[in-house]
Amino acid sequence: MIRYLANRIVTMFITLAVVSALVFFIINLPPGDFLSNQIAELQAQGEAASVAKAEFLRAQYSLDEPLWKQYLVWLGAVPGPDGYSGLLQGDWGWSFEFDQPVSEVLGETLWLTVLVNLAAMLFIYAVSLPLGTLAAVRAGGITDYVVAFVGYLGLATPNFLLALILLYYGQQYLGLPIGGLMDESFEGEPFSWDKFKSILAHLIVPTIVIGTAGTAAMIRRLRANLLDELGKPYVTTAKAKGVGPVKRVTKYPLRAALNPFVADIGNLLPSLVSGSVLVSVVLSLPTLGPALLAALRSQDHYLAGFILLFVSALTLAGMLISDILLAILDPRIRFGGRGQ
Amino acid sequence: MKHSDPIKPIDPNERYVDERPDDEVIDTGGARPDLDMPTGKLIRRRFMRHKLAVISGLFLAFLYLCIPFVEIIAPYGPNQRDAEHLYAPPQVVHLFHEGSLVAPFVYPTVAKPDLESFQWKYEEDRTTPQPIRFLCLGEPYQFWGLIEGRFHIVCPPEDGTLFLLGADRLGRDVFTRLVYGMRVSLTVGLIGIAISLLIGVTLGGMAGYFGGWVDSIVQRMIEVIRSLPELPIWLALSAAVPPQWSPVSVFLMISIILGLLDWPGLARAVRSKLLSLREEEFVRAAELIGAKPTRIIRTHLIPNFMSHIVVSASLSIPAMILGETALSFLGLGLRPPAVSWGVMLNDAQDLTVIEFYPWVASAMIPVILVVLAFNFLGDGLRDAMDPYS
Repeated sequence: MIRYLANRIVTMFITLAVVSALVFFIINLPPGDFLSNQIAELQAQGEAASVAKAEFLRAQYSLDEPLWKQYLVWLGAVPGPDGYSGLLQGDWGWSFEFDQPVSEVLGETLWLTVLVNLAAMLFIYAVSLPLGTLAAVRAGGITDYVVAFVGYLGLATPNFLLALILLYYGQQYLGLPIGGLMDESFEGEPFSWDKFKSILAHLIVPTIVIGTAGTAAMIRRLRANLLDELGKPYVTTAKAKGVGPVKRVTKYPLRAALNPFVADIGNLLPSLVSGSVLVSVVLSLPTLGPALLAALRSQDHYLAGFILLFVSALTLAGMLISDILLAILDPRIRFGGRGQ
Repeated sequence: MKHSDPIKPIDPNERYVDERPDDEVIDTGGARPDLDMPTGKLIRRRFMRHKLAVISGLFLAFLYLCIPFVEIIAPYGPNQRDAEHLYAPPQVVHLFHEGSLVAPFVYPTVAKPDLESFQWKYEEDRTTPQPIRFLCLGEPYQFWGLIEGRFHIVCPPEDGTLFLLGADRLGRDVFTRLVYGMRVSLTVGLIGIAISLLIGVTLGGMAGYFGGWVDSIVQRMIEVIRSLPELPIWLALSAAVPPQWSPVSVFLMISIILGLLDWPGLARAVRSKLLSLREEEFVRAAELIGAKPTRIIRTHLIPNFMSHIVVSASLSIPAMILGETALSFLGLGLRPPAVSWGVMLNDAQDLTVIEFYPWVASAMIPVILVVLAFNFLGDGLRDAMDPYS
């Protein structure tokens, strides 16, 4: 088990390193950069002091060096003009647009992003577990069709449209708060019970919206798995022996079907995080989505790069968790015979 | 006694050929005689049994058939504005005017300012029916960008308007834009899937065929790409598309971007399929007879995983259509004057628009329908492609 774990964690960090290089490459794709644009603008206005500052920042981040060196400086693997100061040392870079360190620009949004995704995740499991089981047990019945229909709709409706619609009706008929993740009065305040309640109320619509697409896929998967399992002879035997309908399903078939269900976190998370970016923009949640969009538009590339990296790390961490859970659930994986 | 017809000695090198004709019907007498049908026929029969998939397939075929003729189908031009009818509501097509049957017609709408809500209120003028023109000359266009033309299937009435699905913020016909948007939104998926297929089949094929270190490199690449959150990366990549590019280049670039992240699933499928197929007896048999590798790949391997590829492709096209919609919706995909369903939905970002002018968001209906149809079609194909189950 420990060997398996260590192996998994090492792989994760290697993947993360590759991802960071990819991300750095992608954010440097657009021609020109924020500072050059700014320097040109400032020079046109003749502001010597600001130009000096921009030039200083250029030197600080070695923006005149070749790309691979910029990457290493950003990573903190190679000393910049200021010595080692990069991601590895906990320095997340400088946001040129806000003229602040990235850590200060993002601040609370990081944890709110994690919170939103976690809530969506819980929602998916809480909804798809009972619905998927019901659909499998009542296969071919009305429940099955209704669940399948809702599932297909969830699969086909673009997240952001659902967000708009739910936002509108949620506010119109249920009085759900819209926009943001907490009441304006709580922003920047220290944590308190009232703030928590406000966040909870604001979480309802985003959670449902982000979770729907994933729920649909999960229900279908659980239904298929459980149907396979219910067709096996041991279930018939149990029935013949007179085991009650609930126990007959939950005792073994459901547990066996849950296995791939848990494994799916790995597939689910990337799409979940993707979806949350889009939904956050529509619902103007203070998460990484809108920040990423703004950073990409203004070519604030260290900010954009850090957000992309953080989001990727989030997915990787989720996959790791799912693998660990699976290893705990399924001894075949623990002992290395995965899939074979 | 003399043998007039001596028995021919059997030549051991000559093959024995039974001269009798083949039996027309072979009675297997088994439980499933239908399994002796040709595979293609079996697949078709299985697929036809899947009603929803057949309907979806026909629906999609109809839409794709319409694509070359959008200029003729749409009554207006995609960016033609009518300043008199900003946010005009949909016009209903009537058949009866004051109890008597007239040709299909619409009533003209007149805009009146509402001084309380500061909006234009549109009222139907019920006195003058305006018949819709069919097979007529209307707004000029360039057919495929080459031939000048004015022929439309449907035109707005003389001196009138025909906003079947209303007009948007700039007084452009929503129905026309839906038809033009269809061309972009539906082809994005096709180009994207072509790129994804190219990368996926090449890399997956290499991994499955060569094995060893090639396989493990491809495997690691797949793992990295799969762990990337799709949409943020799409956003970052399309933010890198220079804004001064022409709409067509932007469109191609966006399709390529959509395809770039999609291939891991396909590559995996191809790889595992190739690995398992290579161990099959019929491949070994072909090798023993002396078939060359190219022949084995062409006649034995490709037909076997082709069905697999078709299914995965039909299931990933909707993801790309949704991707394009999302990108354009956020303003990082296609930009006006290009028209796609995502670009149209970009106008519907506001809650007030949804509340007062819901028809502006009507592009969501074709998006949902097309994505659903692709899903049903893919499911039906998947069930049908495995006829022996």
